[in-house]
Amino acid sequence: MSVYREHGLFYEFWRQFKKNKGALFGMSLIVVFVILAIAAPFFAPHNPSQLFADYLRLPPAWIEAGNSTYPLGTDDVGRDILSRLIHGARISMSIGLSVVFLAMSVGTVLGLFAGYYGGWIDKIVMRITDIIMALPSILLAIVVVSVLGPGLRNAVIAVAIVAIPSFTRIVRASVLAEKEKEYVQASRSLGASSLRTMFKEVLPNCMAPLIVQATLGFSDGILNAAALGFLGLGAQPPTPEWGIMLADSRAFIESSPWMVTLPGLCILVVVLGFNLFGDGLRDALDPRLKGRG
Amino acid sequence: MLKVFLQKMTHLIPTLVGVSILAFVLPRMVPGDPVMLLLGERGADPKVYQEMQAALGLDQPMYKQYFTFMKSAVTGDMGNSIISKRTVTSEFFDRFPATLELGMAALAFAFTVGIPFGIFAAVRRNSFWDYLLMGGSLLGYSMPIFWWGLILILVFSVSLGWTPVSGRMSVMYDIESWTGFMLIDTLQSSVIKEEGFAPFISAVKHMFLPAIAMGTIPLAVMARMTRSSMLEVLGEDYIRTAKAKGASPYIVVWHHALRNALIPIVTVAGLMFGSIITGAILTETIFSWPGIGKWLVASINARDYPVIQGGVLFIATMIVVINAVVDVIYIWVNPKLRS
Repeated sequence: MSVYREHGLFYEFWRQFKKNKGALFGMSLIVVFVILAIAAPFFAPHNPSQLFADYLRLPPAWIEAGNSTYPLGTDDVGRDILSRLIHGARISMSIGLSVVFLAMSVGTVLGLFAGYYGGWIDKIVMRITDIIMALPSILLAIVVVSVLGPGLRNAVIAVAIVAIPSFTRIVRASVLAEKEKEYVQASRSLGASSLRTMFKEVLPNCMAPLIVQATLGFSDGILNAAALGFLGLGAQPPTPEWGIMLADSRAFIESSPWMVTLPGLCILVVVLGFNLFGDGLRDALDPRLKGRG
Repeated sequence: MLKVFLQKMTHLIPTLVGVSILAFVLPRMVPGDPVMLLLGERGADPKVYQEMQAALGLDQPMYKQYFTFMKSAVTGDMGNSIISKRTVTSEFFDRFPATLELGMAALAFAFTVGIPFGIFAAVRRNSFWDYLLMGGSLLGYSMPIFWWGLILILVFSVSLGWTPVSGRMSVMYDIESWTGFMLIDTLQSSVIKEEGFAPFISAVKHMFLPAIAMGTIPLAVMARMTRSSMLEVLGEDYIRTAKAKGASPYIVVWHHALRNALIPIVTVAGLMFGSIITGAILTETIFSWPGIGKWLVASINARDYPVIQGGVLFIATMIVVINAVVDVIYIWVNPKLRS
């Protein structure tokens, strides 16, 4: 029995990870928002689309004019902001999940093929990632959305396309490092097909950087999708998406600043949570990268 | 060195061709017929429609259209805007100085604050200050800048009344464009003679908030990069030697360590150009800054596709070329990489 296996890999990882207080904080932020997202109707005091015509632009409860029925106040058409924010968590988390899922599946396959086969496949794949990366991500996302038409689904696709190259590059780089190792040659000499070697042998050994990238992909995805929402190209009203809530509240920035402050704060906190968590994961999974910017 | 440079540049050509295809094809996939858009109400007559289509070259097959587009594009002719009828090139260069000026101000803010933050955090590693600065920079890195811009407006414009909410210049002054950089143009002798320094101050005030909004993410990246680069250098033998020789901590940090720590920082700084354009798109929209970011968003909303394809091609070319130049500079400043 090897001593390293005494506690299992997960235990080793957790021992490293829990030392990082920032990462634990990030993880708890994510957990809170995931719970809110899953049980949104349970936590939200009101229906996010219900209009309370008697309470337009009501300030949060702790301000004198506030009302504890609407803890964070109401917006310009009298919808409860807290309920909208909680349902917004559901939307943002689904956006993050879909973006990462789409970008990671396409990016991983491309990276695996490019790295494993090399040659012209590698050249073409890397050239395409170079082209995508030559454009500022939000600009490309805006152009793609204008091709597909505005809307939440298309915004997710656009943001995912923009995120593919980072996955492709990371997987390709790990594959290049793994490919020469003996276990890969062993797998091949035992007669395993290329596909089997790629997905069953090489890919599991590329997981560490991939998991880190997936976490950071969540924050990028949520941020970019909110930016599209803000520009009117993402989710459409009356969806309680944080980016749209921000855009809608711009006109009331002087009279009702809470309408502007709260949705952005939610975006910031969620993105911060994923970034902290991702940093901690990177340090725990791949100590060589520790401290990189 | 020249050979390395030329090699890098030839390596760019396939990428640029790819970008040009992307810039050409994507806008053509946008729903809506540009000919109908141009003709507006009069579009019903099929004869007029065909003439217009031929005039725009849109009756040609796609590949021919692409070659025509590329043939003019390499000479700097990107066609005319559908909305303003002016050439895309002149529209672009009218607005580019505004974006460049804002971007430079944002980067100046990011460097002057970010690098000292990073150095300080590295020197005081694992202290309260290190945690505070690094926590703060991660917060900055996670910032949705479209919200951050609004919060800055809320605090500095609405509550404190210190800065204007939008635009580049008070409408009170009519500044003749000379360099296109407002901070320089307002210091022309003719302007100072007539208005004194008031226009310059107005320009600075207008730039203050957008520069902070745009510079926040680069600042966070700079602080984190500087810290990790400094930590690496501070662990080197020659630093220990310098300390052993009795050099003051100040000299060791600023003279011995920083010089080498700056090498990766310079690279990151160059590569930030792309993120500046990303920042420009959102910042300019919030602050109504008359630069290329706001222009592109407006053109996309208006389906002005010569502008979209020209603008995308300009920006991508710039980013790709700058990245290549940064690569070459990196090799140049880092003697270890020179072969």
